[in-house]
Amino acid sequence: MAVIKLSEAKVNFIKDVCKSYGNKPGEVINVLHKVQGEYGYLPAEIQELVAKELGIPVSRVYGIVSFYSFFTMTPKGEYPISVCLGTACYVRGAEKVLDELKRQLGINVGEVTPDGKFSLTCLRCVGACGLAPVIEVGDKVYGRMTPDRVKDVLAEYK
Amino acid sequence: MINVTIDNKQIQVPEGTTILKAARMAGIHIPTLCYFELAGMKFENKPGGCRVCVVEVTKDFNGRPRRNLAPACATDCVEGMEVLTHSARVINARRTVVELILSDHPTDCLTCAKSGNCELQSLAQYLGIRDIPFKGEQSHYRQDMSPSIVRDMDKCIMCRRCENMCNNVQTVGALSAINRGFSAVVAPAFEQDLVDSPCVMCGQCVQVCPVGALTEVDDTRNVMAAINNPKKTVIVNTAPATRVALGEEFGMPAGTIVTGQMAAALRRLGFDYVFDTDFTADLTIMEEGTELLGRIKKFMAGDKSVRLPILTSCCPGWVNFFEHNFPDMLDVPSTAKSPMQMFGAVAKNYWADKMGIKREDLVVVSIMPCLAKKYESKRKEFYKDGNPDIDYVLTTRELARLIKQFNLDLKDMPCEDYDDPLGESTGAAVIFGATGGVIEAATRTAYEVFTGKPLPKIDFTELRGMEGIRDAWVDFDGTPIHIGIAHGLSNARTLLQRVREGKEQFHAIEVMACPGGCVGGAGQPYHHGNSEIIKKRTEAIYREDLGKPIRKSHENPSIKKIYEEYFGEPCGHKSHELLHTHYFDKSEHVEISE
Repeated sequence: MAVIKLSEAKVNFIKDVCKSYGNKPGEVINVLHKVQGEYGYLPAEIQELVAKELGIPVSRVYGIVSFYSFFTMTPKGEYPISVCLGTACYVRGAEKVLDELKRQLGINVGEVTPDGKFSLTCLRCVGACGLAPVIEVGDKVYGRMTPDRVKDVLAEYK
Repeated sequence: MINVTIDNKQIQVPEGTTILKAARMAGIHIPTLCYFELAGMKFENKPGGCRVCVVEVTKDFNGRPRRNLAPACATDCVEGMEVLTHSARVINARRTVVELILSDHPTDCLTCAKSGNCELQSLAQYLGIRDIPFKGEQSHYRQDMSPSIVRDMDKCIMCRRCENMCNNVQTVGALSAINRGFSAVVAPAFEQDLVDSPCVMCGQCVQVCPVGALTEVDDTRNVMAAINNPKKTVIVNTAPATRVALGEEFGMPAGTIVTGQMAAALRRLGFDYVFDTDFTADLTIMEEGTELLGRIKKFMAGDKSVRLPILTSCCPGWVNFFEHNFPDMLDVPSTAKSPMQMFGAVAKNYWADKMGIKREDLVVVSIMPCLAKKYESKRKEFYKDGNPDIDYVLTTRELARLIKQFNLDLKDMPCEDYDDPLGESTGAAVIFGATGGVIEAATRTAYEVFTGKPLPKIDFTELRGMEGIRDAWVDFDGTPIHIGIAHGLSNARTLLQRVREGKEQFHAIEVMACPGGCVGGAGQPYHHGNSEIIKKRTEAIYREDLGKPIRKSHENPSIKKIYEEYFGEPCGHKSHELLHTHYFDKSEHVEISE
């Protein structure tokens, strides 16, 4: 007997989301979208419960989660950092900023620092090309980033 | 009907026919790779992914040539269409496609388990590929081995046959395409091991895999080591369906019966005793039939605690399936062990005692058409003091390999008999190999025991056939008995769902996990989608039954004797100890934590 261990609040929330979409297998992407919106990521237990509620194999749910880059199985940090790698940011040195972030945080893209404080992701264009290169920490946007400024930005959150 | 011209041949086809099927009707061979059809069994895989079957449409619906080559498997014919299947442009494209596939495929054909049976290898030969011009990164995945199946996804070509089989034909849902682009692969959820997934080990994914990505666990060396160990007595038992398929591996036509030659070959391989699983199939009927009659009688007497229908439990893939998917119905299947596990229990207790052989010195090998049997033999409840009732399971394919390695040809073998007493069997036992067979065998015995009268006719043709779900009323001398049959696990799920919801009532249901029953098992010679082969094997099963002097399990003299000498009566104390089992809830449960 395989056991899915989740808190009562999570179980209720996920069940409610599935129910709001009529527990239809075809709504799996919408359900995952909502659930990730709430918890920031989709760990195995959550995928298993979604599969169970919608009556589809968990392999299919995982197939979807692993296909779309939007879905993630790693939890976000307290302060999620996103580096824009859109064209404008890229040509103005976003990659160097990203490398410096990786170095200072000691993590790769898609990972979280061991203390759970920062996570690092990349995205394509936040619509602030005039400020390129741009990074986001949570909802706050930092424009005209340079590798030298990384230390100061991170210090704001320590 | 619409008119199409393929390779200058004019033909008429029904609307909705694909170019591939139209070409086949016209006797024109278009090579395929990802495409797979099991005709009459509702399985068609046509993701249009590999592009090997591309053809040139020289005249399309608009009277003009189509710019791009079209995949024949996924393009419907239209009125007036003209198609070239082997133009220079087509052949060139086809070769490039296969070269690209090969550029991300290991070239270890010399040691690959699928060599000689590999559709990619055949295709490379057919297209005369002598060099792989494209060099680049190759995908690498962790190998995974369950008790039944080896997954080597470095060899996967993403044809999606296994995924389609697992999800649509079997509704097991263990496998899915995961990840994206170059790292895309077919795997269980979270890339966990197959053994931790809902996989039921039916192995149909192996039966349809065109390459060596999915193969069976090979136990031939373990068996040879046991035979070469002078301290061990090594005995073998052969499942019903193996005798109508083994011949194919030696070039005999599908449906050739090789029972006697197989027994002879097994002796020459060095097995000390050659027995038959058919013997314990007869024993299964005695136990399962008695259990069925017991339940029916109690039910008729008004005992509401009795669960009907009784479900057959011979098929280990099916047992795994209901443990995963119908945990609320674990008391419904018969508790009788499968014929193979009964054989192990009888051999290592009754027979070993009789022969004065110590349990640990006796090695029991099974020849099975099945991959789930490998797993079944390793279930903990079938062990005693760390020693399994069945030591090794070889598939029909593995046995064929062993026979060839010993420089033997089945065609040259004389017909020999099985050894006594665990080799004597009836026609009722051999039909276990085909869908509907177990329940027909049970009906033959149950009728006579229930009514106390001889059967007016032995053949219950109403229980036979290839329809996925069948049902029939059998008249037990005034008492109508409703019997259901399903083969292929999606059909089993549908039928069980109806029972669970109370939409339909049955007295007994037979389920076989594989399409066609054991004749279509995953351990049988590869049929490469030719369902005619499965039908021929089925016909052979019923021919073998017809040729047997005794055709009812309860009339088997060795079965009568084993009850007199050892078990006492069916479903008695000793039977329950050795011939019956229990089932486990393997479904997913939500537990509140934190």
